[in-house]
Amino acid sequence: MTNMDELVTYFTQKAQAVSAVVAEVNELRQAFEYTVDLCDRKEACQLLLAGCEAPLSPAAGELCQRRQDKIIAAPGLDAANYQELDTLCRNKGLTLIRDDLRGYLAGIDIGLTVIDYGIAETGTLVLNSNNEEVRLATMISEIHVAVLPKSRLRQSSTDLEKELEAMMRMRPGYTAFITGASRTADIERVLALGVHGPLELHILLWEDR
Amino acid sequence: MQTASDVKEYREELRQALDNEFLRQAMDSFAVAYRAGRAKAFAGMDVDGLIREIAQAKDDSISRLDELYDEFKRNAEAAGTKVHLAETAEEANQIIAGIAAAAGVKQIVKSKSMTSEETQLNRHLEAGGYEVTETDLGEFIIQLRHEGPTHMVLPAIHLSRYQVADLFSEVTRQKQDVDIERLVKVARRELRPKFAAADMGISGANFAIARTGTIALVTNEGNGRLVTTLPRVHVALVGLDKLTPTLSDALRIIKALPRNATGQAITSYVTWITGPNECVASPTGKKEMHIVFLDNGRRDLAHDPKFAQVLRCVRCGACANVCPIYRMVGGHQYGHIYIGAIGLILTYFFHGRDKAKNLVQNCISCGACKAVCSAGIDLPELIKAVHARIQDETGSSLSNTLLAQALKSRRLFHVLLRSAKLLQRPFTGGGPYLRHLPHMFAKDQSFRALPALADKPFRDTWEEARPRVLNPKWRVALFSGCLHDFVFPEQLNAAVKVMAGRDVALDFPLDQSCCGLPALMMGQAAVAGDVARQNVMAIDPSKFDYILTTCASCASHLKKAYPTLLGHDPQLAARVAEFSTKVIDFSSFVQDVLKLEQADFIGDGKKTAYHAPCHLCRGLGVVAAPRELIGKAGLDYRQSEEEDVCCGFGGTYSTKFPELSAQILKKKLDHVVQSGAELLVTDCPGCILQLRGGLERRGDAIQVRHIAEALADVLTEIPAK
Ligand code: SF4
Ligand code: SF4
Repeated sequence: MTNMDELVTYFTQKAQAVSAVVAEVNELRQAFEYTVDLCDRKEACQLLLAGCEAPLSPAAGELCQRRQDKIIAAPGLDAANYQELDTLCRNKGLTLIRDDLRGYLAGIDIGLTVIDYGIAETGTLVLNSNNEEVRLATMISEIHVAVLPKSRLRQSSTDLEKELEAMMRMRPGYTAFITGASRTADIERVLALGVHGPLELHILLWEDR
Repeated sequence: MQTASDVKEYREELRQALDNEFLRQAMDSFAVAYRAGRAKAFAGMDVDGLIREIAQAKDDSISRLDELYDEFKRNAEAAGTKVHLAETAEEANQIIAGIAAAAGVKQIVKSKSMTSEETQLNRHLEAGGYEVTETDLGEFIIQLRHEGPTHMVLPAIHLSRYQVADLFSEVTRQKQDVDIERLVKVARRELRPKFAAADMGISGANFAIARTGTIALVTNEGNGRLVTTLPRVHVALVGLDKLTPTLSDALRIIKALPRNATGQAITSYVTWITGPNECVASPTGKKEMHIVFLDNGRRDLAHDPKFAQVLRCVRCGACANVCPIYRMVGGHQYGHIYIGAIGLILTYFFHGRDKAKNLVQNCISCGACKAVCSAGIDLPELIKAVHARIQDETGSSLSNTLLAQALKSRRLFHVLLRSAKLLQRPFTGGGPYLRHLPHMFAKDQSFRALPALADKPFRDTWEEARPRVLNPKWRVALFSGCLHDFVFPEQLNAAVKVMAGRDVALDFPLDQSCCGLPALMMGQAAVAGDVARQNVMAIDPSKFDYILTTCASCASHLKKAYPTLLGHDPQLAARVAEFSTKVIDFSSFVQDVLKLEQADFIGDGKKTAYHAPCHLCRGLGVVAAPRELIGKAGLDYRQSEEEDVCCGFGGTYSTKFPELSAQILKKKLDHVVQSGAELLVTDCPGCILQLRGGLERRGDAIQVRHIAEALADVLTEIPAK
């Protein structure tokens, strides 16, 4: 095994340990197909599983009513890639958006991002989230699909110190470490996923060299 | 929250907590699961090394808080953040309310911040007419219940799913199922509109990095990210102790904090924010960002040579997770705002003597908290020191003063013990226990039988019993401690028997007195110092190779506390250092110095459980020696659950909080019984008093022996030289 293979195995193991789904892709297009397919197979609103039928107070219920289509948000993509993904979405009757995510606070189905760095030791993704739309895509989506270029994988946070320090120096800067799905254990210490953020995290390791 | 006006009222609250079945069970399963989770999370890591590095780095930051604050302010302001410094909790609340008013804020969402609990910020803002919503699930729940957190990481750990379902039914005015998954989703959807409508988000911060003016939030739920993203104004309320020079300091702490808090290698999210970020909802397209640093006594603390280390705390909550008392009574009775060992200390500094005065007495000094602290804080020591300070400030109770005065003079103390011997005669019925204690003494003590004082203290038989050794290899001074001198001299005699014929020249300097630990436990630091001095003068360390004690509590006190108590005296410092170095516990002496072997014993394979005394396993770090000796002695060692958890004795603790002592003891004995042992061995006469007394009351036949007795019972005959 090469160093890279070991790193990939290590990362995969650690990310899976915190309930992330990990897959490998050879090109970005494959990641787009994965995302579209995932969205297509998914229930319109996954909160259904946990009870859209469950009674809410009027205000919360009303916000929920505003959802109809299946939506993918991919705010960080460049124009060409966005175009490519948009075509795939249209074919399946899915809506792709890149801005005004504040208009979708009831939730979107999938947020797709390309990750800056991965930390194998803890299965962590590092994402520059200065752009508010990128930030929201990873917060209000039910599923976060994160594409991690393998060349950006490191062993530990210590190996990333220089790069992280540069991110801290950005004025302004909003950097996110993301490890697994949003979780809580606040009721009887029982683990529950998706308390505020994504219910699922899918990591696509991208062979970018 | 502390409302009790005196210990009596506080005890009443404790009793009520003990009666809360759900709480007890929840806490129990948490305590057990936590230990396993922590061990797994740290597996293969140099935990002690990491903790040492964190402690060093924190100490460095604490020593230059003002400098770090200036650097942070410079860098954060260059990025566009407004930085404020509040001297008091009240001032912090006013600053934040002022920001809200200036920005025309109506609705506020919050992510979890212990610092805002400290300042009671919600109360202040609500009084100002703002709608404030806690968005962390646990905080949301307790906010709805109008109560404070019971854990720094798991604020609603005291509540059941049924209580949460009822609460959510009330909030939504719809009947909610008792299903945790669903309840979590209900909260998610109830809270989302609050995020959407809020104009201001308030967060705390785990770190404030001076070099870049960055704050970092360590969270799991993701609400902190929404709080710092959606509203157009962001205010972070941050204790000055969170200042840290660089990113790498923060990354180092992140290696320990989640592992120690919840057994996670890292939390789901760590969010690093520098300056006001893009915000579509704001008229300027950028957030309005404020950081309010809170002093509230922290800068004074930073200059306090004894207490500065409390500012190392990273709020992982571990010191509560392992505390046997917290486990019994939960956070509402084991802290005011801050909870657990660190809570007992911080309450005094942040919320005043009145809130702290009962709390600081409710520590059994088992050292479990210190052993897991992310930042290596000497928590039990500081709790005792706060207790002592409070007594200095307010004067101590009469009984405390009398006891302390008695301890101060060895002669007086021993005279009292001897007359107690005469007085107890009507109560023993001739047996080894006090059988007929008058009701006023016995009413809370019925959970264990109390031993009678011995017919003759060890010191009275010493001249006769002293072994004559012609060519000694080791010169050893015995330090008996009160219990081995006056209550269980047979245990010390057993130790003498084990050492007999092995070229150990023993001496028992008669001027030795109580080790002084009880005085410290009563918050009488000056008396503890006096007694320590007497002992160091009574036993000349230069004349001995070892100072051996069969009492684990005395051993750890002589070794660890004497240098602190007396080291500042230049005339004594060298002598104390030598004294402490030479102190050794019985098991270590037999195992590591005498190196007794299997051939020295003829055990009968008796099923034997072991209780690890707090002061031996954590106080002195002696873990293997007694267990190896049990094996060598030919006894059948049966490991029991939670062997190293306190037995509930804690000297005067068990008389001050008998209900708690009884419950801790019950758990301990249940585990011993489950192990199937016929014999229970331990290293400390205090533990023996507790364990034996408890088993006697239960009518259980398991024998409790000091390890010296257990070994003496199965010695191979030594051929006379
Ligand atoms: S020393 Fe023991 S009893 Fe005291 S606070 Fe620490 S863990 Fe709790
Ligand atoms: S005192 Fe230590 S163990 Fe307790 S919360 Fe602070 S860092 Fe954690």
